[in-house]
Amino acid sequence: MPDARAVPFRGGGFRPRGNRWAALILFAAILVLVEWGLRGGWISPLTLPLPSAVLATFGELWRTGALVDHMVPSLSRLAVGAVLGAGLGIAVGVAIGLFGLVRAGLIPLVAAIFPIPKIALLPLFVIWFGIGEASKWALIAFGTFTPTVVATYGAVDNVDRGLIRMGQSFGLRWWSIVSKIVLPGAMPGILSGLRVSLAIAIILLVAAEMLGAEYGIGAYILTAGSLYDLERLFAGVTILSILGVLVSAVIGWLEKRVLRWRT
Amino acid sequence: MDLTLRSITHRYGDTEVLRDVTIDVPSGRVVCIVGPSGCGKSTLLRIAGGLERAGGGQVLQRGHPPDGCLNPLTYVFQDFALLPWRSVAGNVELVLEDHPLSAAERQATVADVLARTRLDGFRDALPRQLSGGMKQRVAIARALAVRPAVMLMDEPLSALDAQTRELLMDDLVGLWTRQPFTALYVTHNLSEAVRLGHRVVVLSRRPGRVREVVDLDVPLPDRHDAHPDLVRARDHLWSAIRAEAAAADAELQDA
Repeated sequence: MPDARAVPFRGGGFRPRGNRWAALILFAAILVLVEWGLRGGWISPLTLPLPSAVLATFGELWRTGALVDHMVPSLSRLAVGAVLGAGLGIAVGVAIGLFGLVRAGLIPLVAAIFPIPKIALLPLFVIWFGIGEASKWALIAFGTFTPTVVATYGAVDNVDRGLIRMGQSFGLRWWSIVSKIVLPGAMPGILSGLRVSLAIAIILLVAAEMLGAEYGIGAYILTAGSLYDLERLFAGVTILSILGVLVSAVIGWLEKRVLRWRT
Repeated sequence: MDLTLRSITHRYGDTEVLRDVTIDVPSGRVVCIVGPSGCGKSTLLRIAGGLERAGGGQVLQRGHPPDGCLNPLTYVFQDFALLPWRSVAGNVELVLEDHPLSAAERQATVADVLARTRLDGFRDALPRQLSGGMKQRVAIARALAVRPAVMLMDEPLSALDAQTRELLMDDLVGLWTRQPFTALYVTHNLSEAVRLGHRVVVLSRRPGRVREVVDLDVPLPDRHDAHPDLVRARDHLWSAIRAEAAAADAELQDA
């Protein structure tokens, strides 16, 4: 055939694909760069600690058992607060999705509460719940509550109406329709809402520990900050980051298990 | 049990959708409703099963549902309406779980209907793993599981390709032949109507009225596309519906 040309391929791109090593390599590269910069003197030691020194602090934390002393109260505060806030949030979100009156009453209220920086209410929580654990739980619970509510009622709204109608047409009980059709159908949306809520819970954990906490990651970071002890500060911050990655991994694992029915 | 729709009228806001529709569905028969798009056939079916309230008229159940009937009026939906998070067997079980049945009875019913729809080997498959035709067979199995008095079928084959549709029509004929069921079957496909219907009711375009009722005497198992009576019936139905369909089409374009 004269004049035959191959058709050029032009369908590529726009499909970002993962690479399991990319994140690790980038992370390591940043650390090496900082270490090199500090030792070489072209980064001022006032601005950043030596990554190797942070690692050493970490090791010391581990050896002296201080790591456990700080982690246990923090994790229990996070767990209690997040379970309270997310649990209540899911319940209220489902109620908003199901009942017209609840919806009409609560959506504006939630919208009004959502943008309040919860940290600003900290003194109020201390008066309501005292200086002990309760005020810290309340702060974390309050902060996780609103985003969970919003994600949950959105997810309930998005459940396929055809499936609900099917349930009604077979005469299923109200509670069966809710537990077997509405809740599983809303689960993807609820879980992706939890990702956001739990990250907020970690942020609020540090804020909660600003007040009257002797032990806890937040207390540790704040003490280090006020002493301008950069190594300790960064060791604490690293723990928070690891916590965030862990929480995200747990939700990813949950999604894989619970949402096996999606592709 | 017979189902009678008596003088059904309905409107959505200012639009009159159905006007004085009376249809009788005798026990053991398949009554097909055909009509141009937007003639209110699906609305009529939703009214027939109590999923929508009619503006006027009555839906009456006459006689008693058969023994062991769990849900007298049972739908088969065009989009299958299967729960994607439940397996084939789980989707069938769903509609049995609210009834006082022992686990053994429930399992027996599931096994029975899956066998009748030739789905034995797919008990544990998830809906996303199934083709459209298989999904609709699961939905039909689910409907059979509650031993309905009347099946309300809303364009059950319209979401399927032509070959699958043929196969499923054979399945439905087979199911009916082995154990006659009563059905009100809505479709826009005339071939389907003359293959499956003992009676075909033609609705006019909006507002839907009964325009014509055609009874077909050929036994279901003897029907095939080239059967002279059926060809004649299909041509007759098409001539009845053609002008309406054209007008309905133009109407939609104006809207």
